Amino acid sequence: MDTSEDILQQASPDLVRGSETRRAAKSARLSPSLVSWLQAGPMMLVFLAFFLIPLVFVVIVSFWDYNEYQLLPAFSGRGYTDTFEGCIAQLPDLCTIGKTYLKTLKLCFLVWAITLFIGFWVAYFLAFHVKSKTWQMGLSLLCTIPFWTSNVIRMIAWIPLLGRNGLVNSGLMKTGLVNQPVEWLLFSEFSVVLALVHLFTFFMVVPIFNSMIRIDKSLIEAAYDAGASGFQTLVNVIIPLAKPGIVIGSIFVITIVMGDFITIGVMGGQQIAAAGKIIETRVNALQFPAAAANAVILLVITFLIITMMSRIVDIKKEL
Amino acid sequence: MTETTKKTGVSRRTLLKGTAGLAGLAAGSGAITGFPYVMSAEPKVLRYLGTAVNEGDDISKQCLKDTGIKIEYITATTDDVTKRVMTQPNSFDVLDTEYFSLKKLVPSGNILALDAKKIKEFDNITPVFTKGETPGGKKIGGQGTAPWKVLYLEGKDSKTFSKTATEFVTLIPTVYNADTLGIRPDLIKRPISSWSELLNPEFKGKASILNIPSIGIMDAAMVVEATGKYKYADKGNMTKEEIDLTMKVMTEAKKAGQFRAFWKDFNESVNLMASGETVIQSMWSPAVTKVRSMGIACTFQPLKEGYRSWASGFCVSKGVSGAKLDWAYEFVNWFLSGYAGAYLNRQGYYSAVLSTAKANMEPYEWAYWMEGKAAEKDIKAPDGSLLEKAGAVRDGGSYEDRMGGVACWNAVMDENDYMVRKWNEFIAA
Repeated sequence: MDTSEDILQQASPDLVRGSETRRAAKSARLSPSLVSWLQAGPMMLVFLAFFLIPLVFVVIVSFWDYNEYQLLPAFSGRGYTDTFEGCIAQLPDLCTIGKTYLKTLKLCFLVWAITLFIGFWVAYFLAFHVKSKTWQMGLSLLCTIPFWTSNVIRMIAWIPLLGRNGLVNSGLMKTGLVNQPVEWLLFSEFSVVLALVHLFTFFMVVPIFNSMIRIDKSLIEAAYDAGASGFQTLVNVIIPLAKPGIVIGSIFVITIVMGDFITIGVMGGQQIAAAGKIIETRVNALQFPAAAANAVILLVITFLIITMMSRIVDIKKEL
Repeated sequence: MTETTKKTGVSRRTLLKGTAGLAGLAAGSGAITGFPYVMSAEPKVLRYLGTAVNEGDDISKQCLKDTGIKIEYITATTDDVTKRVMTQPNSFDVLDTEYFSLKKLVPSGNILALDAKKIKEFDNITPVFTKGETPGGKKIGGQGTAPWKVLYLEGKDSKTFSKTATEFVTLIPTVYNADTLGIRPDLIKRPISSWSELLNPEFKGKASILNIPSIGIMDAAMVVEATGKYKYADKGNMTKEEIDLTMKVMTEAKKAGQFRAFWKDFNESVNLMASGETVIQSMWSPAVTKVRSMGIACTFQPLKEGYRSWASGFCVSKGVSGAKLDWAYEFVNWFLSGYAGAYLNRQGYYSAVLSTAKANMEPYEWAYWMEGKAAEKDIKAPDGSLLEKAGAVRDGGSYEDRMGGVACWNAVMDENDYMVRKWNEFIAA
């Protein structure tokens, strides 16, 4: 699985380094460490130029002041104080930013849990029940079908399906299950979670499948020989060995959902707050420092979640 | 002299192609095809930044035919246009934007006021822009950023709007319209006559408003005023207390489930209305036309409190000078000379110079779009598709009635920063 390995390599440079060292040992002319640096160099430069440096700028700008039409390069905490406005005064009610993050985290948790459940079993099926490589390849490609059309079209397509006069509702009405169209199918948290799960389950499937395919089949046979039930094998052998994949998939899904505002906007009928949405509104109003401050807050929170997850599983060690 | 120009031209071109990473063949062919252009006069190209409203292929083709100026469209949303002017003022030549953005654009110093004397039709521009009244003499509501408040600058490089007419014009007006609520008469089945209906519990879960803060707040204010809860001194420039009050009314309605969804772009508004998800919502004229062209009844409902209006026009980037500035004037003059005006009128917008547009329209078209008369023949869109059958009458009637009924204009408030925060709070509620 080329694609899955590529993604995995991006996610974990250590894996790459491992195989690089082996390769480097064969070419005797250059010192192995130099070769490693040369190989990691281009990615590092790209990372530095297009990620780290812009990030530093975002942090700097978040402490600037602004007016209607320009940035004022003078130190100001206004972006932050504005964002947390009312957070103490309104207690015990939540302030805007509190409500927004609570909602974003809730959506994020739901999407994560569901994509993990579905993704795990799809990967399990692909890795252990599909025997031929060709079929594994073919079925994995099927998982990419949602990505064959643009994001926007995919989202718009939900309306004729879930809308008030959509397929699902007319089906329910005809079978007599409901008298009134079910309204919560669309423009609700349900539809947001549905669309996000539909979009991002693939990001769970790939790394988990990749971990599972590496599990030595003899370990499973050994478990069977030792008298473990199917469930025991799953809990004690497969899940622990698939952990790196689970964590990497979770990181993908969580980081994407935390920053999403387009899917949440369209599927939630623009009525559901999202951390990314606040940033967009601020940018559109040309309030760049406030937008940057919100971006920094989002980054810190997402980073905290990921740190917590990597506490649970030491990805470096596992790989 | 020509010889040297030619040589440098070619080599520069090849070099550019090379640096762009197009190796061998591409660079070669680029130089070859580029050759005749370099031999002739420099091609007249203007980079045109704007929203999609004025940007028709037909318009740019006709312009090329009439003037030899090639228009390269850079299309963005209203917000993104403003952002681009602020952050990349050299990435465009001609700017097509709305009057309400001027409160941000002019102080930034990134746009160049045009000279009214060089605009041939300037004196024929509708008094809507210059005097705030219709050609028939009806006074137009001036709340918000009304064009006549920001039309003139005090001097060439001034950043202050002039109260009286000067020769330095911020935006040469091109297109404008009067917006109101769109409704589905087939689903509502009774007359609608007030903005307050948007919050009528009868339409619970079937109403919508647009999620663009600067425009959405104006629609919200029209609604609040129509319900009799409050009368604003200027809806387009609210105090903090007024913003709080407006958002409180809207938040209560949102929590009660009044809104099905908010919309952010043209197509979303069309989808909501066409699918029956909403039956009453803020809407733009061409969106109503689009729903109707799908065979679904939709009315751009005139309301007794009046319309919320918007207007846009042309200016140029600060970086434009010399020959390019002349082409820009040539282009703006061409735009006002009739073809484009007629094109816009046929889409349901209004053109800034009425006389030239009229000369480019059939009398029956003019009667339908501008005089509010029943269509003598089928009314067609500029692309030839059928918009209305013979006998139809335009929603809201004539130009006089529609523009004369304007109550307020899209605006940027002094308390814009506060308003944006409150809008986020409203969405999060």
